Amino acid sequence: MPPIQVRGAKISLMSQTVLNSALPAKREITTKPRLSDRIFRSVVTSGGLSSLVILGLIFIFLLYQGYNTLHSQGIHFLTGSNWNAALNDSGSLDLKNSQFGIAAMLIGTLVCSTIAIIISVPISVMTALFLNFYAPDRIKKFMVTVVDLMAAFPSILYGIWGFFVLMPSAVYIAKLLHLYFGWIPFFKMEAPVFDRSPFIAGIILAIMIIPIVTSISREIFSQTPLDRVQAAYALGATRLGMIKAVAFPYARGGIIGSAMLGLGRAMGETVAVYTVLNIVYQVNWHVLLGAGGNIASMILLKFGEAGPDEVKALMAAGLVLFVATLIVNSLANIIVRRTSKGGK
Amino acid sequence: MSEEREKPEMETQTQTSSLAGIASGHQPSEKALGVGLEARGIHAWFGQKHVLKDVSLDFWAGTVTALIGPSGCGKSTFIRTLNRMHEFIPTAAMAGQVLLDGHDIYDPGVDVTKIRLKVGMVFQKPNPFPSMTIAENVLAGLKLANLKVENKDDLLQECLERAGLWNEVKDRLNTYGGALSGGQQQRLCIARSLAVRPQVLLMDEPCSALDPGSTLKVEETISHLSSSMTIIIVTHNMQQAARVSDYTAFFLSDGGPGEMIEVGNTNEIFSRPRDQRTENYVTGRFG
Repeated sequence: MPPIQVRGAKISLMSQTVLNSALPAKREITTKPRLSDRIFRSVVTSGGLSSLVILGLIFIFLLYQGYNTLHSQGIHFLTGSNWNAALNDSGSLDLKNSQFGIAAMLIGTLVCSTIAIIISVPISVMTALFLNFYAPDRIKKFMVTVVDLMAAFPSILYGIWGFFVLMPSAVYIAKLLHLYFGWIPFFKMEAPVFDRSPFIAGIILAIMIIPIVTSISREIFSQTPLDRVQAAYALGATRLGMIKAVAFPYARGGIIGSAMLGLGRAMGETVAVYTVLNIVYQVNWHVLLGAGGNIASMILLKFGEAGPDEVKALMAAGLVLFVATLIVNSLANIIVRRTSKGGK
Repeated sequence: MSEEREKPEMETQTQTSSLAGIASGHQPSEKALGVGLEARGIHAWFGQKHVLKDVSLDFWAGTVTALIGPSGCGKSTFIRTLNRMHEFIPTAAMAGQVLLDGHDIYDPGVDVTKIRLKVGMVFQKPNPFPSMTIAENVLAGLKLANLKVENKDDLLQECLERAGLWNEVKDRLNTYGGALSGGQQQRLCIARSLAVRPQVLLMDEPCSALDPGSTLKVEETISHLSSSMTIIIVTHNMQQAARVSDYTAFFLSDGGPGEMIEVGNTNEIFSRPRDQRTENYVTGRFG
C-alpha cells in the first residue's frame, strides 16, 4: 500500500521537525546588583520587616499572657459580661472561681466606633470635597493645617472637653433623638440617664477620627485624574455633576479604606472614652443610655488595681481587641478591592 | 519682540481671518447652521507669561478648521479659550471676545455649563469614564447636564454611528469603556460629545495617541461630522490637516507669545502660503 507508506513517511518527517523545533529551556534571568544597591536593599528590608516583627511579638506576648484566662473561661470570655477576680487563700488569683467576660465591652467597642464612623465619614467627606473642589487656596492651606492639628491633639483633652463642654449640648441632642426616634430600638431608654452614654463617646470619637478620614479622602480626591475631570466639564457638567460622575467613583474605595482606618482608631481609643463613658458591665445596645464600655478603656480602668494575675486577663481582653481590629481591617481591604474595580 | 516685526503680522491677520470666510466663497448662511464661532483679539496668559497674542479667527458653521504649528505656539491654549476650558488652569487669564451666535461666551452672567454643551471638546488622550459602561459613557453628558431625551436608545445608536463606532460595540454596550482599544476609546469620546448635540466640536490633537488605522477612522468620522457641525482641530500632523480641513491656521511663537501667522484655504496654505514662515513649516524645514 504505497500511499499509506508515503503518508507515514511524511508524518515521521513532520514529527522530526517538531522534535527539532522543541521549545528551548527557559533561561533564568538574573542580575548582579551593585554593593550599594544590596546594602540599601537590606536596610529597607529590615525597616519594612521590623513593623511586622514588632506586631508579631506583641501578638505572641498577648497570646502568652492571656492564654490561661482564655483557656479557663473558654467561650464565656466573649459571651459573658461579668468581671470578678476571685482570690484564693494564698492571695493569688483563683481562675476557676473568677469570672472574666468581655461581651459588654466588646459590643460597647463596636457600638461606640460605629457611631463614630456614622457621624465622622459624612463630615469628613464633605470637608475633603470642600477643600479640594471649592475652597480658595488660602482657606484650603489654613484648613489643612487645622485638620492635621486636630489629629495631633492629645486624646485626654478631647475627653475632658467632651465631658465638660460637649456633653451638656450632646445630651440635648440625645433627648431629641429619643423623643422623635425613640421607636427605633437603639434609641430606647430604660432610665432617663442621658449623661456619659455611648452616643456621646461616639461623638468624641468621631471628632477624633475626622482628621484621619478627611486627610486620606482629600488626598484621594486630589488624585482624581485631570483628564476625566476635564472630560466631565467639557460635557457641560456642573461641579456637582463632575463630583458625582468622576471624583466619587474614583475615590470610593479610598474613602471606604479611610473610614476603616478611622474605625480601627476608634476601636482602640482609650483615654477619651474612659473620660466620657460610664463603663458598665452590661451589654447595652441603647446608645443614648449612660452605660457602655470599650475594651481599651476597661483595660485602663482595671489596670491600676489589678493584681499580676488579673492583668493577664486584661491581656486576653487586649488580644480580643487586637484580633477584632485585625478582622475589621481585613474586611476593609476586601471591601476596598471590591468597590474600587470600576472606578480606577 | 521688535515692533517692526509685529506690524506686518497684524496686517496679515486681519487680511487672512476675513479670507477664511469670504475669499473662499463659503456661504455659511445657506447652510442654516448658525453663524458659527468668532474669536476676536484673543490673548492668553498663564500667570505673568503671555502665551497667546491677539488671535482673531472666524469659524464658519459646517466647516473644519485645522490649527497647525510647532509645540508651544498656543494652539491648544487658543482652542481651550473657545469653550472656556482655559480657566480651569490656575492663574490662567485671557482677553478678547469669543462670540457664539453673536453672543460673547465670556459675558458675566453666562452659564458656562451651557457654553460647553454647545461647544464640545475631544481631548488628546482618550478619556472615557472608566466607572461607566459604553452606553453610559455616551449618555454621560445628558446625565451631567440634566438633559432629558425622548428615546435614549436611539440617541445612543445615532451618536455611536456618527462616531463610526456602532458596528464595533453594538453587542457590548453594557461592558466597561476602558476595555476598548485606544482608537475605539477616542471614538467613544467623540460619540459622548455628540450626545449633547453641540454646534461646535473642538478637537485637541485627537489622534496623537492613536495608531494609523484608528487615526484614519477618526478622520473619516470628522469628515462625516463636518456636514452638520463646526469642527476645529488642533493637529501636529500636517497630512491630517490637509486631509480633513477646509481651512488651516498656522500658529507660531518666536519665543514670545504665540501668534497666528496665517489662515486660509487649506489647499492654499499648503501649496501657496503667503508667509515665508508658513512655507518653512508646511514644507518641513522646521518644527
